[in-house]
Amino acid sequence: MELAHTTNTAAQNYSPELRELLFQYTLQLADTSLILGHRLSEWCGHGPILEQDLAMANISLDLLGETRSLYQYAAELEGQGRTEDDLAYLREAVEYRNPLLVEQPNGDFADTILRQFLFDGFHYLLLKKLQNCSDQRLAAIATKSFKEASYHLKWSSEWVIRLGDGTEESKRRIEKALDRLWRYSGELFQMTPVEQELHKAGFLPDYAQLKQQWDEHVAKVFAEATLEVPQNVFMQLGGKTGMHTEHLGYLLAELQYLQRAYPGLEW
Amino acid sequence: MIPDSCYQIVTTQEENIWQLLEEVCDPEIPVLSILDLGVLRQVQVREDGQVQVTITPTYSGCPAMNTISADIKLKLLAEGYPKVQVDLQLSPAWTTDWLTEEGKQKLEAYGIAPPVEPNGDIHALFGRDTTVRCPLCQSENTRLVSQFSSTACKAMYQCQECLEPFDYFKCLK
Repeated sequence: MELAHTTNTAAQNYSPELRELLFQYTLQLADTSLILGHRLSEWCGHGPILEQDLAMANISLDLLGETRSLYQYAAELEGQGRTEDDLAYLREAVEYRNPLLVEQPNGDFADTILRQFLFDGFHYLLLKKLQNCSDQRLAAIATKSFKEASYHLKWSSEWVIRLGDGTEESKRRIEKALDRLWRYSGELFQMTPVEQELHKAGFLPDYAQLKQQWDEHVAKVFAEATLEVPQNVFMQLGGKTGMHTEHLGYLLAELQYLQRAYPGLEW
Repeated sequence: MIPDSCYQIVTTQEENIWQLLEEVCDPEIPVLSILDLGVLRQVQVREDGQVQVTITPTYSGCPAMNTISADIKLKLLAEGYPKVQVDLQLSPAWTTDWLTEEGKQKLEAYGIAPPVEPNGDIHALFGRDTTVRCPLCQSENTRLVSQFSSTACKAMYQCQECLEPFDYFKCLK
């Protein structure tokens, strides 16, 4: 069952080009929170302790809530009769627009924490700006999710410090995670042609500014965590334009299994 | 009756519907009605008799919204309103300020600590945690176990006096 949204946007008045751009961008945001939300849900029942198991399931739920609002809006923008479920369950890996970072496997707890930390900082800063987006619907979704994202960032920041400034073993693990995942952080701030167009049209903030604030937060947390900020690392790009790592296909095989095996199945 | 936060001019019939909906509860915290929670935002009866009810989620992933929507429809159907539409409103976003005083008292009596005003900016990282009172023994000597608990809207605390773990309804602003 789907609840209708009250926020009617000016979307009807958008030109077909602008509508398409907003559709692509909303889809990218939705894919990103869906894939990370799914990754976190894989921890359910496997967390190192009960409290953190719950934390990851809760963050996953927040992300999936955001995902649904975004896919519903994307479906409306597209106006081709596809539903939120069609967008989530019936697209191929190459059609997904999430950055590479969020599809990376959970690894150990340190890998998951670091992936979350790198993403949360970006997510928090982006949503903060999107609250004032001139598209009313995106602004409403961002306002809702921003409150939740501030809890996420607090959680992952505290854990980076705890692991970095913890035991010899926890430090070794988080450094290994940093070595593995830092290379995916640059893509978050690399604007795609769609993002550039929307920035020019006044819908999106300047990502370079977000990057600066993100760098400051990372530096502050790493200093407390006694970790060094990696320098001159080659950044992997591609996810936001559909070129993914091999991990996404396996993830989707699990995520989409039921709808692929039993098309149209409902709860 | 109708919370100040959703003040509006209502007809007698609409006021009657607000009263009926006081019996619709949050499926996960059954002591709270959707009025106590501030989830019910608006009731409008159109000229053709269709009732439009607007609700807002506490958290975006709140799985209770569909159940609440179905419960509203069933309740109104039973009371003679066959045509009901339930809309979801995201903006303005729900805040714990919309939880009524009565709702806070019901929460505490149920064993869930109600939200308290945070000390300072909640968006500041590593700020001091708020003092939360144990709903069982009223001690203020409690500690935060986890920011996340049995549902998205709660954090987990433990009382250092009576040692009971308990849920705290997180402050969301």
